[in-house]
Amino acid sequence: MKPVHSRPLDLRNGRIDLSHGAGGRAMAQLIEDLFARALGNEFLAQGDDGARLPACAGPLVMATDAHVVSPLFFPGGDIGCLSVHGTINDVAVMGARPLYLAASFVLEEGLPLADLARIVASMAAAARDAGVPVVTGDTKVVERGKADGVFITTTGVGERIDGVDVSGANARPGDAVLVSGPLGDHGMAIMSVRENLAFDAPIVSDTAALHGLVAVLLAAVPDTRVLRDPTRGGLAATLNEIAHQSGVGIVLDEAAIPVRPAVAAACELLGLDPLDIANEGRLIVVCPAASADRALAALRAHPLGQEAARIGEVIADDRRFVQMKTRFGGRRMVDWLAGDALPRIC
Amino acid sequence: MKYVDDFRDGAIARALGAAIHAEAQPGREYRLMEFCGGHTHAISRYGIADLLPPQVRLIHGPGCPVCVLPIGRIDQAIRLALEHRAILCSYGDTLRVPASDKLSLLRAKGRGADVRMVYSPLDALQVARANPAREVVLLAIGFETTTPPTAVAVKQAQAEGLANFSLLCNHVLTPAAMHAILAAPQGVQLDGFIGPAHVSTVIGSAPYEPFARDDRKPVVIAGFEPLDVMRAIQMLMRQINDGRAEVENEFTRAVTPEGNRKAQALVAEVFELREHFEWRGLGTVPASALKLRAEFAAFDAEVRFSVPYAAVPDHKACECAAILRGEKRPEECRIFGTACTPDNPVGSCMVSSEGACAAHYTYGRFREAPPVTTTTSA
Repeated sequence: MKPVHSRPLDLRNGRIDLSHGAGGRAMAQLIEDLFARALGNEFLAQGDDGARLPACAGPLVMATDAHVVSPLFFPGGDIGCLSVHGTINDVAVMGARPLYLAASFVLEEGLPLADLARIVASMAAAARDAGVPVVTGDTKVVERGKADGVFITTTGVGERIDGVDVSGANARPGDAVLVSGPLGDHGMAIMSVRENLAFDAPIVSDTAALHGLVAVLLAAVPDTRVLRDPTRGGLAATLNEIAHQSGVGIVLDEAAIPVRPAVAAACELLGLDPLDIANEGRLIVVCPAASADRALAALRAHPLGQEAARIGEVIADDRRFVQMKTRFGGRRMVDWLAGDALPRIC
Repeated sequence: MKYVDDFRDGAIARALGAAIHAEAQPGREYRLMEFCGGHTHAISRYGIADLLPPQVRLIHGPGCPVCVLPIGRIDQAIRLALEHRAILCSYGDTLRVPASDKLSLLRAKGRGADVRMVYSPLDALQVARANPAREVVLLAIGFETTTPPTAVAVKQAQAEGLANFSLLCNHVLTPAAMHAILAAPQGVQLDGFIGPAHVSTVIGSAPYEPFARDDRKPVVIAGFEPLDVMRAIQMLMRQINDGRAEVENEFTRAVTPEGNRKAQALVAEVFELREHFEWRGLGTVPASALKLRAEFAAFDAEVRFSVPYAAVPDHKACECAAILRGEKRPEECRIFGTACTPDNPVGSCMVSSEGACAAHYTYGRFREAPPVTTTTSA
């Protein structure tokens, strides 16, 4: 008998067309030859509509994240690895060990298959490096103009780590606030491509899976109170969320907040504040002040936390304000951003 | 960031702060208006007020281009986009300014208007080149700083024969606004001006002489960095203490007495004075804004399209007008921080980061009421 697909996918010049989402042979071929081949694992190999997963001892955590970044490829990453990292991080900052991912793709008619193959290969590499397989997925195709190349939604499931209770509601006056590295790299990497900003040292996205860093931190400081990844809205939005959830105030020390010179310069040029800019590989940690040095040492010992810093403290404040002692010597609020300074960055 | 961080140095700021404290005479008030939104923003963002003695009162001026644009001008832009189906290009902040019928340019976009955010007038030219079958209108706003780039765009459009490009011109003039503030009956009491930074690089320091000579108000032109602002405050206090009223220039690294002659010539070639222009807050001010000269009428959206200007009163509870004249502080507005916030602005001063209300809300509102602390079990 002849094989079902007589012609292989044209990964050099081919493009997505509506038949790739129509449920016919073209779709089956795309899934088998492109998605399954790159992402392949025992769960995908079951070939059913969903994945049968082994039982799990502890309580579960689940998170989902849609990715619509423009451009699809940017310095330091692409929408593929970003969609893996983003959801792994959302699970990890719940104090959980990420186990499985599901991925759903909305493809725009006309998307070069070569681009899609690159994106899926990048996803596969990110999932493999993280040890978190993509166990099930879905693909839809929409007409040209109804999407922007590709949108990827990933959902992650993880298992809570024993003896850990982290939540945005757990910050207490006196706690220390730490960050795992310099702020604003991801947002400004994308902005610098969009705005054609060239620097001596190009700005590279910090996109990374943080569950390894989280595991090291929680092993060293099990009484960590809050973990967050400061994505859209940056540090400012994340700390305001924590202040609101916990009913506390936060005071930052501007001089202690790490920001790379190129990021600071790009922000200056575009009239942006690095504290508002998105990160995709940074961790915000709130822990008891007595544990702060241990937390900092644990973060710095990990490759993703070498530039970690203690940047502020939690105070009692019923107004739930985030304030900052400026390097200049004054004081100001660090508020939520109004509107959207940088759309479509993740 | 060399040449930027130098002007944000905390140690120098502390020393300068001490010198300013020494300059302040007991029982005397120093009421200084920073004309520019750029200064307002720097003062709030760096917490400069914390370094000043209580005798110094900084009063926010009207130098925020988005803030002084009256509702009627935004309405014109919305009509160009919704009724005349033009592609309307605008700078980001302007998109969120509330207009009539609960619209803003951003909301008009949601209703199908083709509104595009641009960073420079040349971006709008690019939109016009890419869409030859569509009319493309640039909502041109700003003081003397942004006028020369607009003039460049118009000349470029003329040179290229870009027949689908035009301007809704709202370029306004700083000295006219300063004069209007001083001339306002029962207006704000001022002892001096912190003069504009970028505007002065274009117009120079000479146009401020009448304020010193005739109105006896010292003017110190200052850069937008926080140390610039503090140094200008110190220079103004010295003038006031000495009984002098002069135009001084703190921003010598960029501003000369005569300004940028090339830019001035370019502006004069393309634009001419409007007889009068309505400002938010200042009302109708004669000879305070620019329009395209007759030779460039083909690029004037107000000539090309039928969008007559209609004055629209501000929201009843909104105090933007008094705040822009320096007569009220943002926190004295009844709806500040309640009905009017940066997320849901009622007036224009709550929109732009240079607006007095937005700057105070975003950076300074913690000063108003001390934190109510309760004992929480740690």
